[in-house]
Amino acid sequence: MSGPRFRRLAETGRPPVPITVDGVPVAAMQGDTLMTAILAAYGRLRVSDFGDGPRAGFCLMGACQDCWVRLADGRRLRACTTYAEPGMAVLTGAEEGTDAR
Amino acid sequence: MRAERVVIVGAGPAGMRAALVLAGAGLRPVVLDEAPASGGQIYRRQPPGFTRGHDALYGFEAGRARALHDAFDAADGRIDHRPGTLVWNIEGRRLQVLHEGAPQTLEFDRLLLATGAMDRVIPFPGWTLPGVYTLGGAQIALKHQACAIGRRVVFFGASPLLPLVAAQYAAAGAEVAAVLDTTPMRAKLAAAPGLLTGGKTGWKGVVYLARLAARRIPYRHGITPVEVLGEESVEGFAYADARGRRHEIACDAIAFGYGLKSEWQLADLAGCGFAFDAGNHQWRVVADDAGRSTVPGVYLAGDGTRIGGADLAEIAGERAARAILADLSDIDPGDDLGQGAALAACARRIAGQAGLRRAVERAFPFPAHLARAIPDDCILCRCEAVTAGEFRAAIARLGPHDVNRAKAFSRVGMGRCQGRVCGPAAAEILAVVRGVGVEEAGRLRSQPPVKPVPIAAFADAAEGAA
Repeated sequence: MSGPRFRRLAETGRPPVPITVDGVPVAAMQGDTLMTAILAAYGRLRVSDFGDGPRAGFCLMGACQDCWVRLADGRRLRACTTYAEPGMAVLTGAEEGTDAR
Repeated sequence: MRAERVVIVGAGPAGMRAALVLAGAGLRPVVLDEAPASGGQIYRRQPPGFTRGHDALYGFEAGRARALHDAFDAADGRIDHRPGTLVWNIEGRRLQVLHEGAPQTLEFDRLLLATGAMDRVIPFPGWTLPGVYTLGGAQIALKHQACAIGRRVVFFGASPLLPLVAAQYAAAGAEVAAVLDTTPMRAKLAAAPGLLTGGKTGWKGVVYLARLAARRIPYRHGITPVEVLGEESVEGFAYADARGRRHEIACDAIAFGYGLKSEWQLADLAGCGFAFDAGNHQWRVVADDAGRSTVPGVYLAGDGTRIGGADLAEIAGERAARAILADLSDIDPGDDLGQGAALAACARRIAGQAGLRRAVERAFPFPAHLARAIPDDCILCRCEAVTAGEFRAAIARLGPHDVNRAKAFSRVGMGRCQGRVCGPAAAEILAVVRGVGVEEAGRLRSQPPVKPVPIAAFADAAEGAA
């Protein structure tokens, strides 16, 4: 897994929101979208349904639909328009197309 | 006046201004918006708990953004604002929505669609790798989340957002590796007089360029994107300069785009007429000079109809609201509500911006030739991972006449985004293979739901009702 993708430039004094990404604890902050929370720690959000590699979102405004992530509890969420909540357990490699192979 | 339900979809500058005008006339419009707070994309608010001021978030537009936010907030109670609401279908006079995850049906008498826009893009090799974003997306990361999309960013394309977002990144402390404009220098110079005589907008652009120059950030014209360097994520960007020489820049993120593209899906489902706009090289929803669509009772305003930016969107929002008031007053003759003069004033202000709109279109022209030249092994449809070569082969084999038939043959445009992202480039490719103008290739039809909705929400609702 590659290093952090997003770089925090300001607003870094917010209260923490504990989540995990692929089982590893990640220090999200209150007001982070799920996308920010994941990409401030990791290099990808998901893998393409068709095996052409990792993805990390694209439009950030709920239009391109390329940031849907799966949680360990089975929920699927659009990462750019969902705020991180305590206890969310994201699985970045768990898209259905990849599971099936 | 008979009590009619007026529903506005979208809480950006067009929808907010329209709601304020309607509220001022004593109506209580319903405003439906997906986001948790009003503002749309351009005046998007940061989440609660963030502390940056309006100047940091909106720059030159801070005053306008603050005025609109404050007025909208002060009208709370006179506007029925329902954030967290996705309108996913229109059937006749009924909207089907998902509100905070629960399905609802909402009837309307008059509907204003102020659905905004997204970046228009053209795929290039490597564009699906982690680290490549739209210009608007890069701006949202900064404005809404106080994040840069990487440590060292290349910005490219042909868009008013190009100098703006690059300058915003530099000011916020991000490293901007280069700003690369696909527009040839001579075209930019030809557009300059129109930009600089069209009000403050052009001069703001000059300030962004000066700020980039002061930081010694290279700004190049007439470039052609070649490819992203890197296997698993962005490690660099290769482009050809105006003379065709290849250059490579080390970076870990890329933001690009070619202007904006209307989010017109709901207008399509409502049955509104469309026309091809040659100046902007894309389809727009047809509206009369008061913002009425071709469907009675359905009105249009802002970038969701025709790209013009935030200031025009706000005027168009007011115009559509006044058209609604004028049309309502027709039901009760004798009460004209004085809308005629106000409508004429809006029309004059919009006409006054026509020159600037044309200059912006000339300064940042859509480089359709790049779409036609997408290499065969480059992914065209990122939802379904279909390459440009597979798309061309399907066209050659099966001979579709429009993009909808081509979609059936290739799955390009059939994914989760419904062709929002790949649609413009797919139409260019189809047009060049068939040897026709791009308007002949048509535009991808919209389908309900216009965005993915979880089927579980409907199952849960049905169970709750049983």
